[in-house]
Parts: sequence; structure tokens; C-alpha cells
Amino acid sequence: MLLVADGLVQARGLRKRFGDFEAVRGVDVDVARGEVFGFLGPNGAGKSSTMRMIACVSPRTDGSLQVLGMDPDVDGPRIRARIGVVPQLDNLDAELTVRQNLQIYGRYFGLSRAHVRAKATELLEFAQLTDRADDEVEPLSGGMKRRLTIARALVNEPELLLLDEPTTGLDPQARHLLWERLYRLKREGVTQIITTHYMDEAEQLCDRLVVMDGGVIVAEGSPAELIERYSTREVLELRFDPALRPEAAVIAPLAERVEELPDRLLLYTADGEHTHAEVARAGFVPLSALVRRSSLEDVFLRLTGRTLVD
Amino acid sequence: MTTQAPAPVPWLRLFPAGSYAGRSHALLLRSATASGRAWLAFVSGFFEPVFYLIAMGQGLGSLVGMLPGPDGAPISYAAFIAPGLLAASAMNGAVFDATFNVFFKLKYGRLYEAMLATPLGPVDIALGEIGWALIRGGLYALGFLSVMAGFGLLVSPWALLALPAALVVAFAFAAVGMAATSFMRSWQDFDLVTLAILPMFLFSTTFYPLSVYPRWLQIVVECLPLFHAVELMRGLTTGVVHLGMLGHLTYFVVMIAVGVTVASRRLDVLLLR
Repeated sequence: MLLVADGLVQARGLRKRFGDFEAVRGVDVDVARGEVFGFLGPNGAGKSSTMRMIACVSPRTDGSLQVLGMDPDVDGPRIRARIGVVPQLDNLDAELTVRQNLQIYGRYFGLSRAHVRAKATELLEFAQLTDRADDEVEPLSGGMKRRLTIARALVNEPELLLLDEPTTGLDPQARHLLWERLYRLKREGVTQIITTHYMDEAEQLCDRLVVMDGGVIVAEGSPAELIERYSTREVLELRFDPALRPEAAVIAPLAERVEELPDRLLLYTADGEHTHAEVARAGFVPLSALVRRSSLEDVFLRLTGRTLVD
Repeated sequence: MTTQAPAPVPWLRLFPAGSYAGRSHALLLRSATASGRAWLAFVSGFFEPVFYLIAMGQGLGSLVGMLPGPDGAPISYAAFIAPGLLAASAMNGAVFDATFNVFFKLKYGRLYEAMLATPLGPVDIALGEIGWALIRGGLYALGFLSVMAGFGLLVSPWALLALPAALVVAFAFAAVGMAATSFMRSWQDFDLVTLAILPMFLFSTTFYPLSVYPRWLQIVVECLPLFHAVELMRGLTTGVVHLGMLGHLTYFVVMIAVGVTVASRRLDVLLLR
């Protein structure tokens, strides 16, 4: 197992139970140094619970877990000293300024006053917050707070960065800026584990990902591999007048596979335009038709029978 | 960049591995930085017992006259209540910080969650927060002791020990206050804090001697922590020192041990699930 020897995270049969509810039900994960690894799944799939176990802030119920070659149950503080955590909800210190948030957080890691002072200046630059350095945290925009939270997670120069839904609730511009910063970190060799329920985010950022649903992993691979394995090259989306909408079974022979959504039919096919022509020839008249490339959303729909809910 | 493994302390076996990184001073630094803008709270906490001392010690005292001191020798009413107010100000400063401020950070700021993502553990957080409450209680006590000195109410060199004693008292109230806060569910529960603190302040021999109560009520008062704090302070500021005062100290040492342990364990249960 050569890959495992260099693995930053290795989980086997990982489980987490809260009372009667089992949030994570036997998960195997290997994350290699330098890669960006994603947990994709709807809310409640067990992504955050898995992340918390990896972050050493939630003891596992069962299974084995190694982070940076150590067991979180035994070496939690030692592991936490070498990782950075960006939680789902910002938990910045509202009683401190932007700069103080970075400096004081660095002190929690035992870094010297001089070190955190220099580091904070560097990270403010990275987060594009230099001109807000001495402001309070509360008036910052959502995107700024997020960037500050990420900068804060980098104060100890972590080998592994854990990001739990990093762009949830941000506007598109703020998301793109954040993604660009995460690319930059990847180029610098920081291993990242990201949870998300955004397909585009997973496709943009992740080298490899697992799709989670109901506490288990239902698929694993690179975004392109997953699309190839679980979907067709193209998708034809048809919208019908509800009164004239044909049964999925009637239209099924025209495509490799048909998914029925509340507002439209998805026809999975290698050639969307060709299928569109056949639909017309068979006498169906959709209100609108759209041909697009398959995405991870389609993979998820195939694997779970549901679209991702936000 | 290396993180030292915490030295094994036997007492820490009560907690899961990694509960203590030996870095609670980082929390003190955080509180000191954050309180740079909260001077007003400090000032008001300082003046409260001073107002009591003037209103009751000077005003009411002129009607009351002399009262028996700890050894039976008569002392002025102001000299009698001043150590009581000293103990109460140490208590108030510590309790306020360890309850209201801690509750806010726990429920709304999610500050401790952020800290637990670093090498810090629940014991670091408990000691750091209790430590800050203790410093606050200690500062109030120091301020009030200076006022007492100004009024000529410190008549014995033993009074120098009143400050460390006040720190012990503040530590104990902060520890128990933080432990209690960890069980609170909403701001309504803070009425219970007031319900515990106010009668204790009024009836723990702060303003008159224990002898005014019937015996059964004396026993109840003797169980209260503030009673032991007042006795300790009154002995030290009037110079009536005896070995029995170690009993009062023991009371606070137990409070500290129980408070720190319960507060740390509760942080573990609440945040590290």
C-alpha cells in the first residue's frame, strides 16, 4: 500500500453515532499529500461529522482513523497543531479586530509574539484585508469574514486544510475570489479536504472526491471519472406544459436513461441534439429544450435518485 | 512550530487525552486584548462597593456606633463591613465574568469551538477563562483595598494578605460560576445567579455579626461560601488571625477543584461530541 504510506488521512470503517442516530456508517477514505479531496453530498449526509472526526474535535464511535500518521484519540493536540480548520459557520472573535483575530489565534498554537505579528501581516495580504486590518470583525461582508476565517486557519502553516462548506451563502463574485485563493494554496502544496453540496464547487476544486449519502460513500473518483462512470456525455432537459407532459416510460426508449424531476425530464444520451430531433419526430412538443454536458449533479441524481437539496 | 506534549499531571487522568495543552495563558492574553475597550465595566465594578462603604459605613455607621470585631473587641461599623464588601467585590467580579461573559461565548460567539480547533483543550479554556475572572475579581479587590487604606480601615499588617486571599476567593467563585454556566440553557437561567448571589451578599455577615441570627439560621449561613470569605477578610484586615482560618481556605480549595473539574468536563461534553 504505497499510497497509504504517504497518506495524510486514512480512515477504515469510520463510524459516528449520536444516541440512536448513526451519522457516519462505515467510511473508508484515503487522502494523499498535495491533493484536494472533496466530500460531496446533501445536508445530513455525514460530511461534517466526518470532517469533525478528522479535525480531532469529535471522537469516533468505531473504526480506525489516522491523520498525519497519528491517532486523533491519542494525539489530538499534536495533530491539531499541524492542521487548519475552516468551520461551516464563521466563528471569528467579535471582541477583537481583524488583525488581532489572526495574532491571538496564532498564540493558541504557541507561536511567538514576533512570529504572529509578521504572519498576520502576510495573511492579511493573502486575504485581501490589509486595509481593514484594524477594523472590527462584525461589519465585514460575508466574503471578507470567510477569507479572514481561511487566513486564520493558515496561521500555523498547516499541512492539511479542512474546509467545511467554504462558500455556502456567498455571492458568485465572492465565491470566485475564494476559489482563486484555494487554487493558490493548492499550488503551494497545501493538502485540502473540502465538503460541499455545490456540484460546480466540487468540479472546480477537487482532484478526487467521494459522494456521500445517508452516512455512507456511494461513489469515489475524480469529477471526470465519476461523470464518465455514472452518466452519459450529454443531457437533454425537456420542460413540458404539465397537462401535456408525457410519462417518463413513454419517452424512455429515446435515451439511455430518463430521470423525472418535478419541473422537467432529463434524458441521458451521448448526443443531445440527435435525441432532441428524435423527441420532435416522435411527436412530443416540449415548452423548452436544453442540451448540456453531464455534471456531478447528474452523477448524484443517478446514485441517489435525488437532486441535491440546498 | 513544534508543539510540546503536555506534561502528564495525575489530576488530568480525569479527562480524555489531549484535554490540556498547558497554554491557558493564551486565553488570558485574548481577554486582556479584548477588554481594552471594556474599561467602563471595570470602573463600575470598582465603585459599587465604594458606594456601599460610604453610604452604610459612614452614613448608617454614625447611627450604629461600634460593633464587636472577630475577637470581641469593638470596632467601628465601617471597619466591620469593609472586609465584607471586599469579599463581596471579589465574588461579584469573578461571578459576573464567569457567568454572563462565558455564557455568551459558549452559546453565541462559538469562541470555544474555534479554540478547540487549535491544540488547546477544554482544560486550557476552563483555566484561561476562570483565570481571567480571577484577575478581574482580584483587580476589584485591589481597588477596594486601596480605598479601605484611604479610610484608615486597614489596621494590621496582616491586611497585606487580604489581596492573595481575595484572589483565592475570586478563583473559587469563578470556577463554580463557570461550572454552573455550562448547565444554563438560556438567559432566563441567570435569574438563578442573581437569586444565589444577592441573598448571599446581604446575609453572609457582611453587614452585621452572625450572633443576630437564631442558631439554625447561623448554621445555614455558615455553609455559604461568602460567609467564609467574609470571615477570612475580616480576620486579616483587623489583624485577628488564627489557625481556624485555614478551614475557610480549605473551603475555597475544594470549590476550586470541583469548579475547574466540572467546567472542563462540561466543555468536553458540550463541544467535543
